[in-house]
Amino acid sequence: MTKAITVSGLHKSFGRTHALDGLDLEVASGEVHGFLGPNGAGKSTTIRVLLGLLRADSGAAQVLGRDPWADAVEAHRRIAYVPGDVTLWRNLSGGEVIDLYGRLRGGLDPRRRAELVERFELDPTKKGRTYSKGNRQKVALVAAFASDVDLLILDEPTSGLDPLMEEVFQRCVEEERDRGRTILLSSHILSEVEELCDRVSIIRKGRTVESGSLADLRHLTRTSVVAELAGPPNGLSALPGVHDLDVRGRRVRLQVDTDRLDAVLRSLSESGVRSLTSTPPTLEELFLRHYQDEAAAR
Amino acid sequence: MTTTALAVRPASSRQLAGTGTLLRFALRRDRLMIPVWVGVNALMVLSMPGTLEGLYGTPAERADLIRQMETNSSLRAMIGPVFGDSLGALTAWRVGVYAGALAAVTSLLVVVRHTRDEEESGRQELVTSGMVGRRASLTAALLAAAVANAVLALLVTAGLAGQGTTGALALGLGIAGVGMVFATMAAIVAQLTESARLARGLTSAVLGAAFVLRAAGDSARDDGSSVLTWLSPLGWLENLRPYADERWWVLALLAGAVGLQGALAYGLAGRRDIGMSFLPTRPGPATGRLGTAGALAWRLQRGSVLGWSIGFFLAGVVYGGMTEGAADLVGDNEGARRIFERMGGQSGLTDAFLASMVGMLGLVAALYIVASVLRLHGEETSSRAEPLLANAVGRLRWAAGHLVIAFGGAALIMLLAGLGFAAGYGKEIGPILGACLVQLPAVWVIGGVAVLLHGVLPRAAVATWGVAGAVLLIGWVGPALDVPRAVLDVSPFGHLPKLPGGAMEWGPVLVLLALAVVLVATGLAGLRRRDMTT
Repeated sequence: MTKAITVSGLHKSFGRTHALDGLDLEVASGEVHGFLGPNGAGKSTTIRVLLGLLRADSGAAQVLGRDPWADAVEAHRRIAYVPGDVTLWRNLSGGEVIDLYGRLRGGLDPRRRAELVERFELDPTKKGRTYSKGNRQKVALVAAFASDVDLLILDEPTSGLDPLMEEVFQRCVEEERDRGRTILLSSHILSEVEELCDRVSIIRKGRTVESGSLADLRHLTRTSVVAELAGPPNGLSALPGVHDLDVRGRRVRLQVDTDRLDAVLRSLSESGVRSLTSTPPTLEELFLRHYQDEAAAR
Repeated sequence: MTTTALAVRPASSRQLAGTGTLLRFALRRDRLMIPVWVGVNALMVLSMPGTLEGLYGTPAERADLIRQMETNSSLRAMIGPVFGDSLGALTAWRVGVYAGALAAVTSLLVVVRHTRDEEESGRQELVTSGMVGRRASLTAALLAAAVANAVLALLVTAGLAGQGTTGALALGLGIAGVGMVFATMAAIVAQLTESARLARGLTSAVLGAAFVLRAAGDSARDDGSSVLTWLSPLGWLENLRPYADERWWVLALLAGAVGLQGALAYGLAGRRDIGMSFLPTRPGPATGRLGTAGALAWRLQRGSVLGWSIGFFLAGVVYGGMTEGAADLVGDNEGARRIFERMGGQSGLTDAFLASMVGMLGLVAALYIVASVLRLHGEETSSRAEPLLANAVGRLRWAAGHLVIAFGGAALIMLLAGLGFAAGYGKEIGPILGACLVQLPAVWVIGGVAVLLHGVLPRAAVATWGVAGAVLLIGWVGPALDVPRAVLDVSPFGHLPKLPGGAMEWGPVLVLLALAVVLVATGLAGLRRRDMTT
């Protein structure tokens, strides 16, 4: 599998702030890659390095097989970027900006453009300053989705969209994936990431702390189990990987490392199971674990 | 209980809630801008008695000046009529209108900055959502302008007190009054337009019209009594007649205008939503033809290039038209001749006048080039450059689009000024055009400084305005004040040959051109290497 983005050991400091501290990132061609992390973790800095807007202090980065700093213009022909906070020129209409951006990339598909304007319910004749935040984002999204490119870099692109438009956005991302395009999606909306992304990378303090498919990551986390038993439980506390065990009579609550789930279920069924709820970890829990570590580390 | 209490409280006090905080905030944000503008203005006024003493020291010279002003209508159009022969009266004549205009510019910038600029950027919404009354922002903006004008009035009054306190007070109040007329005018216009840039432009246009009305009136009558003069707030300032039997009642006109315009601004402000305006924004095309970074740069700057072009052409026509008369006026005055010769060269007086006026325009063109180059900085800090550069647009190509307009535009406006001179004066077309174009190396050096700072030290890019301001001050005030040669030499304009009339010297011109090239190249090299800032 070829890689659309490979980053290893990226460092970037602004004065005394170490924004990136040995960050690694791999995005395979054709995948939708979620890019997660708390505020200030270095997501936007990474993206700006990938776009050649910032120069890394050390480390290696390749985007579409090119050096993002030295070869920026050539790389950008095949990239569309949507920033989190879109600023437009006050006296240019949205339609003018969409067409300008399209021409400055690999070109624009006029049919796709018209279709997207319709689906996002965007009025392209309004001028820059009169758009709301969400509408400014739609301008950038239409320009990105209608452009003929291989890689889309989306930095919190839906923060101003309403739920209906969020839905349109998700359909568009799926269509782009079906066309074989690669998408790097930085987002705080975990349901969106869970829905769309093949793989995710979680970064914290400028470093990658988790990376892999959602299934992989789930494997690393705990499943919570609530069970009503026929007889008294025994030996649960001795099992490896069991946490937060709470036994009240015949009612058992516990957390278990997902790869140890099997042993726990066997032990429970020895006592006879009347009811059982097992909740797989959500991305949110995964994410919170890293956020809380961060909070604790502060 | 609380709700009843709130409901009973008079509406006005709640509408002004937070004004004090906003005013302190505004003055803090303007802590550099207001002192610089007010300081330069006061300096200009207060340096005048000394300069005029040197120029018109004897009663015979003053009588001569007054006679000239009575007969020469084009000079009256430029400066205004003389009402007395004391140093104070001459000071009020020579700088009164200009100090008033400068106070007007300061005031309109302050007011628009704290009203429409804030709304346009969206910051106002955040502020208004706090404990801030509906009218607090406008009031704070007007008060900030009032503070600036009051300080200016105080400086002028105190500084000119040596020439007589009554006249000093009249001039100080008159200048500040004109400032406040345009502060309230800007407050009205800021309600009408959605764009701060347009609000500044329209208010400046009103100021320009006020100047033209006064100029037309003064060229028709030699005592300021023309109806046209009375239509202009700048005409009121001259008709206040500081140091020449002050007509105090004219202050009532200024105060009345301030009151009326202020009331209108408040009325309009109360009738619209935040961020909205009375002049609607027209929709644009649904599809666009822009396809390159250069085309975008031209689209963004073409309006200002057009404005500067018209301005420079008209300035050329006006100065060209008064060239003959000016030479007559200066002809008999040894001091004035010395100043013109220092500015414009040793040759015939007409050529010296032409050369000094062309030099003035060259200095103003430096402001154009700084504004134009710093568009790059504005695009970058407003986060519009980043997504643009995330496309297949190299930084150099992006910069080049704006720099072609900046450096080429400077050549264009100087050329148009030259054509204007030719149209107004009707002679020496070739030499005048040459004189205009010979300013360009110095203008480009200033542009080069802007490119250098933006490329290498983007945080300091705005400091180029300081450089341009210093060069302007040296060029305008330096020759009149016997400033040492070493200081004059700091300005690139000091090294230019004095054309027309003087000998063309290629040496300094080529050195300045080379310097401009080095500055631009270094700046662009820096831009290529550095991080983009947001």
